Formats: sequence, C-alpha cells, structure tokens
Amino acid sequence: MTRAERRARRQRLDMASRAWKGPYRRYDLVKEASIALGVVLALTVLLTILFSSPDDPPSTIKSWATADPVDFVTTATTELDGSSAMGGYGPPYNHASNGQHILFIRVQKWLGVSHPINTAQDFVITPLQSITGQPSLQQAIARYQAASDKQQGDWTGAYEKGLKDAKARPDGSIAVAKGDYGPVPTMLRYLLGFAQSGGLDGALLASKQFYQTDYTKPLLFMSDGSVLSDRAMAEHLLGKQWGMMNETGSYPGQVWLWLYTFWYQIKPFSTSANADILVLTIMGVLSLAFVLIPFIPGVNALPRWIPIYKLIWRDHYRAIG
Amino acid sequence: MSVSDQRSWTVRLRRRAVGALPPEKLLPDGQPAYVSSWIYVFGVLSLTSLVVIIGSGSILTLKGPGWWHFTGVGHFFNSMHLWSVELFFFFMVVHLWGKYWMAAWRGGRRRVWITGAVTFLVAIPCALTGYVSQQNFDAQWISTQAKDAMNSVGVGAFFNLTNFGQMYSYHVLLLPVAVVVLVAAHVLLVRKHGVVPPFPLAEESAAQESPDPSPSGAEAS
Repeated sequence: MTRAERRARRQRLDMASRAWKGPYRRYDLVKEASIALGVVLALTVLLTILFSSPDDPPSTIKSWATADPVDFVTTATTELDGSSAMGGYGPPYNHASNGQHILFIRVQKWLGVSHPINTAQDFVITPLQSITGQPSLQQAIARYQAASDKQQGDWTGAYEKGLKDAKARPDGSIAVAKGDYGPVPTMLRYLLGFAQSGGLDGALLASKQFYQTDYTKPLLFMSDGSVLSDRAMAEHLLGKQWGMMNETGSYPGQVWLWLYTFWYQIKPFSTSANADILVLTIMGVLSLAFVLIPFIPGVNALPRWIPIYKLIWRDHYRAIG
Repeated sequence: MSVSDQRSWTVRLRRRAVGALPPEKLLPDGQPAYVSSWIYVFGVLSLTSLVVIIGSGSILTLKGPGWWHFTGVGHFFNSMHLWSVELFFFFMVVHLWGKYWMAAWRGGRRRVWITGAVTFLVAIPCALTGYVSQQNFDAQWISTQAKDAMNSVGVGAFFNLTNFGQMYSYHVLLLPVAVVVLVAAHVLLVRKHGVVPPFPLAEESAAQESPDPSPSGAEAS
C-alpha cells in the first residue's frame, strides 16, 4: 500500500472528518450568543455589586522612611556598599553576578545589562547630590567618594552592625551607637530626611525627560527593604504562601497560576538559587505539551480510554440505541 | 455586472474565503443533534466574557489608568473588569477540559485545539500585565516578584515588569489584540470544521469500515 493510499484509508476510517449525515436540530447562533452575553454581563455585575475589587494603596519611599526609618537607613546602607539583593543581582541590572542558569544555559547573562542600575550611585549618591545648600552633606559625599574601597567597606560594615541595635526617635531620626562610621551617618541622615519629605520618591523617578512612566528604580529600592515584603506576608502574598495566585484581601487572584506556583512549594525548587529558571523551563515544556496534545501518543488517546465522552454525548448514544 | 477577472487578488481571496466558510456555515441555523450538552455552553461563555472584559477595559482605558482609584464609577468598572477576567479564565478552563475529553482535535481539527490552547497561554501574560498596571500595592508586589522569573530566562531584558508605561501598553493594546486575533481564528476554524462528532461505538466503527467510503465533509488540517 502506497503512502497516499494509506493516507486515504486513514481518512476513510477517520469518521470524525466526515460530514455529519445524521439528524440536525434547530440552532440560533446569534440568539445563543446574545443570551450568553446577557448572562455573563449579569453575573459580572452581580459579582461586582457583591464583592467589588481590592485597591490597597501603594507604598511610597516617604511612607516607608517615616514608618520604619531604621529599616530604610539599613537598606540604604546596603545599597551604598552594594551588599543589598539588588547590588548583587546581576543582569539585567548590573554585572555583580551571572544570574540564574540551567547547566551551561545562562540566558540571563547572555542577554546582558539592559536596565543598568548602580545601587550606590542611583539610590544614594545621585539623590544626595541633588540636595543643594548643604555644605556638610557635600563634604561627606566627597570624603566618601575619595576613600578607598576598603575604607568605604569598613565604614558601611561598621554602620550596618550599629544599625542592628538602632532605635527610631519620635522626631523620625534614628539613634545609632557611636562608632567609626566616617561620613556614612551624615550621608544617610540627609537621605532619610530627603526620603521622609517625599523628595527621594521624585528623585528616583527623574530621568532625561519630563514625562516618566518607568518605576524600576523606586520599586527595586523598596523591594530590598521590608516595606513591601512585610505587607505581602500579612496578605499571604509571599511565594512560599502560594502568593502568586493570591490577591490582597480575600479576593481570588491569578488562580490559573496554581501549577506554576506549586513548584515553588516543593524541593528542589523551594531551596534552589535557580528556582525561577527551573520552574519556567518546566512550565514551558508543559505548556508546549498542552498545545501539542493532539500529537502526543497516549495523552491524545486518553479521552477514548476513559469514557467521559459517554456522559457528554449520552443523548446521542441513547438515540442510536 | 462584475468587471473583475480571474487574476484579481481580491476575487481570488473572496472565492477562497467563501469556499472555506460559506454564509450558512459561518452563521448556521442548525447543529448536528449530538451537540446537546451543557459542556458546549462554556465556549460561548468564554467568548462573551471576553466581550465584557474588552468593554469594561475600554471604559477604564478611555478615562486613563488613575481614574478608577478616585471615583466610585471607576472602581465599579474596575471591579467588572476583574470579575469578567475571573469568569473568562473559569469558563475557558472548563471549555478546554470538555474539549479534551471529547478529543476535539479529531477529524482534521488539530488547529482548533492549538488556537484554543495558545489563546489560554497568551491570556496569562495579558492578565499579568493588567495586575502590574493597577498602580496599587498589588502591582508593586507582583511586579517586583515576577521580575525574577522574567529575568531568569532573559525575557526581563526587553519586558520590564517594573516599567509601568511598557506594561500598560502591552495590557491595553498588544496582548488583547493577540488574544482577539487568536479567538477569531479559533471561532472561524470551529465554523469551518464543525463541532467534533461523538466517538463511534465499537459496532458503529465496524460498520463504518465497509469498503464503500463516504466522501469527507471536513477538510483535514
């Protein structure tokens, strides 16, 4: 039997490709669609009236620095010496690390730094340099920049230790035990004041143009502190809390991500430094398999073996006896 | 009287389109009798949920991304947008499960399944870009967390979840257009090939294996 003959035979036997010769029933497509639209619209309005939608106000750097000045200053110090999560992140923000990988596949590294961020310069020094009329601040910045890398590290390292026992004062400033911190406390005192006045929110958005829609810098700065994660934990939004499919309040979130977030709950993904690329690779393979189900032996035969179809088409099978 | 000739691209396109989808196939007034189950409703419910999503989203777009935070009417339409999205995904998942158990790709209908499955996958980033465009705490948290996944596979180099302007553009234009085009292709393919018939029972199959084949009514993909 030739290939064409085999194909013709397959088509002959493939009853599903033949025109239906059996009975028809009356069907009004436009009426059905109109009724469905009415039902969905009514259901949507009902859910809207009953449950509304969440809208928790965003955190700002001003609100963070005011509510928790010690955490703000601690985070800013780690941005200054590059020891923050963002400081050591790698692409697409900086070259501090190579990012995540699977075996020899390092896509994160290969695509390079597309949104360059120098945490010390962008989050601390440049905003401070925008504050004018403060000679002691500019002297402190100059002294810090003139110091060796080792000296800078000694100052910030000592200050970070001191910050562990720091207390917030009623006036919004912080009290840190005396130590050899060089110009770092002066710089961060001004940065804290700048942040509490709301100036740092604007400074981190400033760019070469008047209009601005890119919130990368303020969001990444805040994500290094505890301002976002504390709120997220209270709302059950952390990754380990299945947060990817949750929403603020008691609302359903992106429930369709249940399988995606599932992997983050189990080992090795829950403890791997390469969890994101591992999980995305698994989900990529599963997504491809989902699209290609008609071609996957076994998976495409399962509906024939498990006769749920007899329930779906029970009227038809009853009619043909 | 028509002055068009056989070489006209327009005439050829029209003939091809009408040949594949004659009006009675595009807008049928009859269905095979086996199309008789509640499971069939979920396809049109998914489609109409998408209409409500686009309608409520268009109103939000007309007034700008900040409007719904400060007005009751805006919040109402935002809530409608949220709930229609939840319904859309729910209906679509039930529809997909139903079609899986029908093995609805049979009889040259593989492209019908593929366009449906790809629509589901494209709807996910469409929703994600909406979540990060909300300009509230939810948007802050989701964007700063999801960026790590995007960055790990290199997507973050050109798809920056913390860039509100970029995400808003994706959410109100690029991804919805992709979803609508996919849904349109899916629906046209369903109309072209018709609703997949039931599995033949064993005795039915044996009878159909007779040496007198009837002509194929649906084109193979």
